[in-house]
Amino acid sequence: MALADKDRIFTNLYGFHSPGLEAARRRGAWDGTKFFLDKGVDWIIEEMKSSGLRGRGGAGFPTGLKWSFMPKQSDGRPHYLVVNADESEPGTCKDREIMRHDPHLLIEGCLIASFAMRAHACYIYVRGEYIAERQALQRAVDEAYEARLIGKDNVHGYPFDLYVHHGAGAYICGEETALLESLEGKKGMPRLKPPFPANMGLYGCPTTVNNVESIAVAGTILRRGGAWFAGLGTKNNTGTKLFCVSGHVNKPCNVEEEMGITFRELIDRHCGGMRGGWDNLLCSIPGGSSVPLVPAEQIIDAPMDFDTLRNLKSGLGTAAVIVLDKSTDIVRAIARISYFYKHESCGQCTPCREGTGWMWRVLSRMAEGRAQKREIDMLLEVTTQIEGHTICALGDAAAWPIQGLIRHFRGEIEKRIDLYSNNPHSEPVLMAAE
Amino acid sequence: MAIRRLAPAEIQPATFAFTEENERWLEKQVAKYPDGRQASAVIPALWQAQKQNGGWLPQKAIEAVAARLGMPLIRVLEVATFYTMFNLEPVGRYFIQLCGTVPCHVKGALDLKQVLLDRVGDPHHVTTDGYFSWIEVECLGACCNAPMVQINDDYFEDLTPDLLIKLLDDLKAGREVKPGPQNGRVSSEPKDEVKTLTDPALYDGSVVGSWRARFKDELSGAPSVATTGEHQAATATGPGDPKAAKPDAGRPIERPVADTPASRSAAGETPVKPADQADAARSDSTGAVYPGPETSTRPQQSDKSYTVTPSKPEEGRVAADAKGTTPVAGTPPSETADRRDGSDTKPVGSSPDVSPGVAPKE
Repeated sequence: MALADKDRIFTNLYGFHSPGLEAARRRGAWDGTKFFLDKGVDWIIEEMKSSGLRGRGGAGFPTGLKWSFMPKQSDGRPHYLVVNADESEPGTCKDREIMRHDPHLLIEGCLIASFAMRAHACYIYVRGEYIAERQALQRAVDEAYEARLIGKDNVHGYPFDLYVHHGAGAYICGEETALLESLEGKKGMPRLKPPFPANMGLYGCPTTVNNVESIAVAGTILRRGGAWFAGLGTKNNTGTKLFCVSGHVNKPCNVEEEMGITFRELIDRHCGGMRGGWDNLLCSIPGGSSVPLVPAEQIIDAPMDFDTLRNLKSGLGTAAVIVLDKSTDIVRAIARISYFYKHESCGQCTPCREGTGWMWRVLSRMAEGRAQKREIDMLLEVTTQIEGHTICALGDAAAWPIQGLIRHFRGEIEKRIDLYSNNPHSEPVLMAAE
Repeated sequence: MAIRRLAPAEIQPATFAFTEENERWLEKQVAKYPDGRQASAVIPALWQAQKQNGGWLPQKAIEAVAARLGMPLIRVLEVATFYTMFNLEPVGRYFIQLCGTVPCHVKGALDLKQVLLDRVGDPHHVTTDGYFSWIEVECLGACCNAPMVQINDDYFEDLTPDLLIKLLDDLKAGREVKPGPQNGRVSSEPKDEVKTLTDPALYDGSVVGSWRARFKDELSGAPSVATTGEHQAATATGPGDPKAAKPDAGRPIERPVADTPASRSAAGETPVKPADQADAARSDSTGAVYPGPETSTRPQQSDKSYTVTPSKPEEGRVAADAKGTTPVAGTPPSETADRRDGSDTKPVGSSPDVSPGVAPKE
């Protein structure tokens, strides 16, 4: 059963209509916001909890629960909401569409979430590369100020300021505490937790950091009810989700679908099918580059939700589905991901700073076959020594793709090593086509 | 980590000052942040400085930002070298950033790279005419439109080698170029085959106010939703026990390492086993569990305890809570029986016949 258009939240996902305030209102944004704020903080949080919304930034933490962690009574420090629009996970391009095509849903969500957390100021941290998106968002914020929807003295009777901030090209700033450091004007190096941001966040004040998509769906959830959202998707994986399908499908696209749609249906219905037919599928990375790949036979009929993919030893992450067909040089592709993590490691923790570079160098040799077979196990062991031994999850994210590769494609690496050592000359083996 | 250093001294400009317009712009940026938190504006300020300086950030600009925001120079310098969008060396008039991460990599970024190598030359080098320079960057977040490049502020998506060559020619000839997808798409919709978001009812304004149906009792003064069945149904369908979405990597620390009270408590069991509790409550218990029957053949021991903190204080040394000379925590030193704040000892040199440095006379 396909998701009906009337149950889609991001109705201007593709930018076929105006992102301006008037058009957004006609699509239902800012509708009844005051009524919902008047129902009070507890009602909003209860409604968000009952919707079962899990954070859309990758970790899948229940959003309503996260909101309820903020102190109930202010101790004199201001509260902050920080929206994480530092969308840098390879494969992910959903928040970009929200910011440039449906910005008013995001701004309304910021007001509702800030109200629920007793915050009077909110910062949206947009990644530096999204320059046009930042300007589009700023235009929408200006419109909202103009219409007195937000601001010190607004029609909702809750003083609220919204600021658009930007970064300058650092993947690590997508980690919540690194983002706060960056917002304070420092290098984006993650902080140790505890203290958690809900106690000591931005400027040492209680802060909640949420993904753009988690915030932008809040208005619609309140309008249609948590029960409506919980009725979509599967148990524990409720609602709709923006899927970013990239790679070797006929028509790569962003699409909003129900959680738990199968991989096959997602590709066939929205992406024009698999390039070269389903037999040509090699594997998929279902949640952005940080999660391990899943080979074709396991992913093809799997429901796309947090729990199923976790059981496949992968993850839904940001629902950035990277599809790879049999023309892919999988070892080289994972080596490229390794290079990404080497490039983006902030350098704070030794296992990650040294390990990401080491793993990339070993994997690059393996892509050529210029390695020993015992090095495969050594590489696997090193990944387990990086994983879980760093302040933030970047170490884990660097280790998992390699673990996935070795788990499912060890034979491919061994084949290359054999080919290389069988070659009587020291010339490298011919590279497979990309 | 990437090694990033400032450009060599010979190409560094001698001075840098924000234009008046940028000064005003900067003032507005600083006003976004609470008082005393102007350091938050460091990234926007450096970015504006880079724009003013033709796309790269000289040392003098870093110093100017530090002075403007009242930050130590090293703090600004570390920000400028940490974030990769700050170009520390000159770039071409059209600065091309090629996305080379996996979604673009598997869709032909390597072919685009070859085009750039052929037409522009090595990365990090400006062409002799000053028009172009290029680098390979990590994911730019337009993966559904792979492969793509960013040229100055604009994204150019859905490229092929031919389209990129044409784009470079157009830029060089000064012809107008259209940012965005280059193959006729509007944004990230499936090309020529949009099957979703086609319902006209979404856009004619008919959805406005439809939420009122859910609250019509309340809006007309009837009992609130919280007491109706709908609200209870809503709460009942929420997730019972959501788990973290991390894949189970099977590493040891994810498994319970030991049968600890904390892990038992987390699993909903009694943190301390009743048997242990009963054992601990026995007055003759030593705390440790010995195998074997009560009437064991352990050798007779003296009553005297030699441990530092004996389990039975009356048999060993004086325990902490016994009356003693140690002041009770929380009592100010001035109020304790014997003051230990130094006033009970004579300061050196206070005695008339003993001055510091001079030995008392015999």
